Amino acid sequence: MTAWTLDTPARRGPPARSEVRARGVPLGWGGCAVAFLAGSLVLGLSIGPVGIGTGSIATSALSHLPLLDAHSPLGAIDEAILWQVRAPRVVLAALVGGMLATAGSAYQGVFRNPLADPYLLGVAAGAGLGATLAIAYAGAGTGELLPVAAFAGAIAGVAGAYALGRSAGVAESTGALILAGVAVAAFMTAAQTFVQEQHAATLREVYSWLLGGFGGADWHEVALVVPYVAIGSAVILAHRRVLDVLSLGDEEAGTLGLGVRRVRLAIVVAATAGTAAAVAVSGLIGFVGIIVPHTIRLLVSSSYRAIVPLSLLAGGGFLVLADLIARAVLSPAELPIGVVTAFFGAPFFAIVLRRARRVGP
Amino acid sequence: MSAAAELRRVSVRLGSDWVVHEVSATVGRGEWVGLIGPNGAGKTTILRALAGVVPFTGEAMLDERSVISGTRRELARRVALVPQSPQMPPELTVAEYVLLGRTPHIGLLASEGHSDRLSAEHAIARLGLHQLAARRLGSLSGGERQRAALARALAQDAPVLLLDEPTSSLDLGRQQDALELIDSLRREEGLTVISAMHDLSLAGQFADRLLLLDRGRLVADGPAPDVLSESSIAAYYGASVRIVRENGSVFVLPRRAERL
Repeated sequence: MTAWTLDTPARRGPPARSEVRARGVPLGWGGCAVAFLAGSLVLGLSIGPVGIGTGSIATSALSHLPLLDAHSPLGAIDEAILWQVRAPRVVLAALVGGMLATAGSAYQGVFRNPLADPYLLGVAAGAGLGATLAIAYAGAGTGELLPVAAFAGAIAGVAGAYALGRSAGVAESTGALILAGVAVAAFMTAAQTFVQEQHAATLREVYSWLLGGFGGADWHEVALVVPYVAIGSAVILAHRRVLDVLSLGDEEAGTLGLGVRRVRLAIVVAATAGTAAAVAVSGLIGFVGIIVPHTIRLLVSSSYRAIVPLSLLAGGGFLVLADLIARAVLSPAELPIGVVTAFFGAPFFAIVLRRARRVGP
Repeated sequence: MSAAAELRRVSVRLGSDWVVHEVSATVGRGEWVGLIGPNGAGKTTILRALAGVVPFTGEAMLDERSVISGTRRELARRVALVPQSPQMPPELTVAEYVLLGRTPHIGLLASEGHSDRLSAEHAIARLGLHQLAARRLGSLSGGERQRAALARALAQDAPVLLLDEPTSSLDLGRQQDALELIDSLRREEGLTVISAMHDLSLAGQFADRLLLLDRGRLVADGPAPDVLSESSIAAYYGASVRIVRENGSVFVLPRRAERL
């Protein structure tokens, strides 16, 4: 069994087993991502019209744990601000950011298209149509119907695109799916604009929902998205090695024994369910699904074993920071968070792109 | 010698055209069979049928079992295909790329185990890639890329190796190196090799037997001296050549048609 080592006289010393290993998440980068997320969460909790020190946050958190004899240093109002206003908001932002970035990386892998983002197959247009219908016909501006309608619309959009792409006869081809997504999105956007024009009074409401944001986030919304984010990201994480296999193209992945169509469907379903839930509670937040995975790709590794888990962590941290900026810049007014992700994300990404090009292979 | 691969009246239709028509052939275990023929003769399609990635009629057998009898994963443990231009994600390292060859041996959602790493390491060592294991695919030369693709196929641990134009992007010296390497792999690892080949002289020297295809049909099957003749090459390739026979080898030299 070990006779082959005789064939390699050029090798010196013991076999360097570490060479033949897939790079996972490098320890240093994993630590950085965890620290980035944790730091963002603490900043998000402490900064606001009422400043709350990190020490007070820690002690207050401990006081909520059973069996510990800690007393919160905060008054009742500050306690409420911290745990009923800010905490659900930062947690929701972290969940949505992590989900969008993870789903974006999955879409880029499944479609082998660097410009793929989680909205590629009609999630955005579908959610927009669902939300507009709810606002126009059910007056659901703030009710519980809005996220449900947006979620249903998003799922319907992707399901329609998938069915259309497969019926095009070239089910194997990702190009057909993407084109089907374009067609479905165009149709749903047209329908949404039509409904919107018929109900001009709803224009402002629809627009502010579309722009996205976390104002008014509560624990109920967190509870709404947690199952989808947990299952969606867990499925994508479990497929991280498969995403590397898919980078060889459908045919070669097939000759390696992968059931490409089934795997692609599983990943698209997971990413879509997670994205639809995220969109339902936060509106359309652009750029996260593209910028976060690409930054990791440029800085760390192009293997999905690194990209997927790091996107989950860094995407969460990125959106918490973006939300913090959105509510701090024009305080007490709030900027739409999509403006922040693009305004700060784009230049940052440009810097990463330039640096990576210079030191790259 | 039992059959490692067998085609029984295999036909493949793309649209309304038969790209492979009722081809029957047998490849013995440990044999190297070269598929030759002009462009569009069906060489690649036959390899793809054996690899189970193109639907066909008739029967294609590997080790006396139909290629469509088991799962895709099972088939990937019985046959490995190296396409003419394999996809090589430029940022993957050679080691990571070779490890992907272990996919049919790894559970869908699992990651590689110790035995997978040993197999990949073995393949890397056999192809002399250990110095390059940590290099990115994007930084490799044509010959190195070819070896990486072969290492990935070897890591697959399949007894039958299908190679589509394994030397198409290499210079003359690298072509000979690659074919010698394939030949030694075949002997030492006990592999059966079926390869589509463009260069008839090299095909004749390395393959035990040649299958000449023309427009999807098998028109000749035998050792190189029997298959390669000035008249057959003129008939099927539409080429004017001179055949030189020397010590049992056959050399096919293209020559410009005489002007009248």
